[in-house]
Amino acid sequence: MLEIKNLHVKLEEEDKQILKGVDLTVETGKVHAIMGPNGSGKSTLSYVLAGREGYEVTEGSAVMDGVDLLDLETEERAAEGLFLAFQYPVEIPGVSNMTFLRTAVNAQRKARGEDEMSATDFLKEVRAKAKSLKIDAEMLKRPVNMGFSGGEKKRNEILQMAMLAPKMCVLDETDSGLDVDAMKLVADGVNALRSEGRSFLVITHYQRLLDHIKPDVVHIMADGRIVKMGGPDLALEVEHNGYADILAEMA
Amino acid sequence: MARQANRKEAMAADRRAQAEARLGATPMPAASGWSAAPRQEALSRVVEMGLPHRRDEYWKFTDPTTLSQPEPVEAATFDPQESLIFGAVDRLHLTFVDGVFDAEASDSLEGEGIEIARLSEAESADIHWAQGLYGTLEARGQSPVARPLAALNTALAADGILIRATQKVRKPVHITYLHQQTASDAMLHHVVKVEPGAELTLLENGPAAARFNKVLEVDVADTGAFHHIRAQGRDHQRRAVSHIFARLGEESTFKSFTLTVNGVLTRNEAVIEFTGDNATAHIAGACLGDGTFHHDDTVFITHDAVNCESRQVFKKVLRNGAKGVFQGKILVKEGAQKTDGYQISQSLLLDDDSQFLAKPELEIYADDVACSHGSTTGAIDEDALFYLLSRGIPRKEAQSLLVLAFVAEAIEEIENKDLAGELTERLAAWLQRHSG
Ligand SMILES: Nc1ncnc2c1ncn2[C@@H]1O[C@H](COP(=O)(O)OP(=O)(O)O)[C@@H](O)[C@H]1O
Ligand SMILES: [Mg+2]
Repeated sequence: MLEIKNLHVKLEEEDKQILKGVDLTVETGKVHAIMGPNGSGKSTLSYVLAGREGYEVTEGSAVMDGVDLLDLETEERAAEGLFLAFQYPVEIPGVSNMTFLRTAVNAQRKARGEDEMSATDFLKEVRAKAKSLKIDAEMLKRPVNMGFSGGEKKRNEILQMAMLAPKMCVLDETDSGLDVDAMKLVADGVNALRSEGRSFLVITHYQRLLDHIKPDVVHIMADGRIVKMGGPDLALEVEHNGYADILAEMA
Repeated sequence: MARQANRKEAMAADRRAQAEARLGATPMPAASGWSAAPRQEALSRVVEMGLPHRRDEYWKFTDPTTLSQPEPVEAATFDPQESLIFGAVDRLHLTFVDGVFDAEASDSLEGEGIEIARLSEAESADIHWAQGLYGTLEARGQSPVARPLAALNTALAADGILIRATQKVRKPVHITYLHQQTASDAMLHHVVKVEPGAELTLLENGPAAARFNKVLEVDVADTGAFHHIRAQGRDHQRRAVSHIFARLGEESTFKSFTLTVNGVLTRNEAVIEFTGDNATAHIAGACLGDGTFHHDDTVFITHDAVNCESRQVFKKVLRNGAKGVFQGKILVKEGAQKTDGYQISQSLLLDDDSQFLAKPELEIYADDVACSHGSTTGAIDEDALFYLLSRGIPRKEAQSLLVLAFVAEAIEEIENKDLAGELTERLAAWLQRHSG
């Protein structure tokens, strides 16, 4: 599904190398996790996959289902089925959540040559999905993420993911700032989307999210590289011993 | 000192010469009835004040030369291939073409709860209800800041509509101003009187003329309500100066919204005076400009009564070197306690070439008031844009969404949500034509 090879990324504005040769392959239908200390480059990787400005790829590639992501505009990547759940979801005053969702769903359908969703079908689907994430009607009417609590913002990310039904989901610290109940809601939302044709790359700082979303593979990222790869046990190891042991082992 | 005095004198002489030249260029309507006196008085005001000059403080950001000059200006007509805005509204529709009333394209001048007439037809009478308003509100609005182009209009306006609402009028009065001749020079003067407890909605739209000078005097009596929605658009080279003079009685309501797109020069002045307690005035505007676009909102609100609320909300979206100006003043006179004055003017600059100049002013002589003002200039929020793009929304559409979100606060000032929706659609269509 997603094949990242020797990816080198620097900041456009400064001479600062952030990703120093990331290699990572996520197979179709699998859930991979990336863990790593703060500042290791996890968010940068997610942004570069999504096509955010300000980063320069100096070497390497990122291919999704045979499509070179780095060749595409951000919106084209989304239409190809890439979704990024933001670590810090953006507030957009003046644009209602509902308008935002409908515009996004229809734009992607259009890009894929499909018909727009009828207003009634759309409403029905949003309501059902919002309900399972405990997002009420009032939150749908409000401007995007405005006045949402941290947990509400993260649930709103999952709602967007559910509506857009992407094939490659990248979740950047979706667990941060969530209490146990909210984390459970989010995890349930993600698990409900797990399917044979859909892959996940779950970025997290802590192991606890992975108790709820069981990963197939765990990668450890440090200083812009994947330094270790293993099964779900690797996450537990990090939980017990911290990153220091693993990093020392590498050195 | 002597040199300065000489210069001042020379400037004054210059102005008078200019005013006389301008007055000479347009014939004064041969009014023999009730309007003769106010027209004559306005004429004297023009000669005394002279016409606006680009060195005037009040015209610091907008060059009035082409609005003041005797020579007409040219403006090609432009058809954006859109149907007439407000066309679906059940209304009393009147049409002016290049400032000339088009009876064929107008409904008959009658309606439930209103007295309505053309100025040019009503002014032969000796007495009329508009007497005492025509030119009167304009004259009151000449102090403390002179507005000579409005006095010029009172003196020379060829026509206009006089509307008196005596009850809650269901059908809005809708005036469409079409522009056909390349060098048309039009001057219209409307008077609206809303009687106690009555209500009226006035809709206006269209490019009007190559050069358009319009005055709207509105007297809202106690507990009356006046709603005004205006769309100025189409022709890129058109020039317009408009003045609204409003006087508000006790517990009255005044709401005015203007959407402006295109036009090489537009100056919209609003002069609003609270004379009765507990009244409300909201004035809002949104404009979208691309290239050789210059738009100036100049507002002067005088609180001379207790517990009145005034609200100014102006949003400007500018690209390709377009220029936006906002001059807004709230004057709270002594004794105008419990005044609630709010003013916000904001611009969204879509590139580095565009420019927004703002001069917000508060002048307060009462101690128990709540007044606030703010002015901002900004660009499209790149984080918000990336967020929208990352959800698959194409760049143009994402930008449009953000621009519409930016102007939404001004549009929300319109109480009639259907009309607000229609204006938003026009904005979206304009953005579609002016993107990339
Ligand atoms: N736009 C940016 N400007 C400056 N520094 C950045 C930028 N993006 C990332 N960095 C730096 O790159 C490193 C990796 O950051 P990030 O990808 O956010 O790490 P993580 O998500 O793993 O905590 C950090 O040192 C961070 O300060
Ligand atoms: Mg991060």
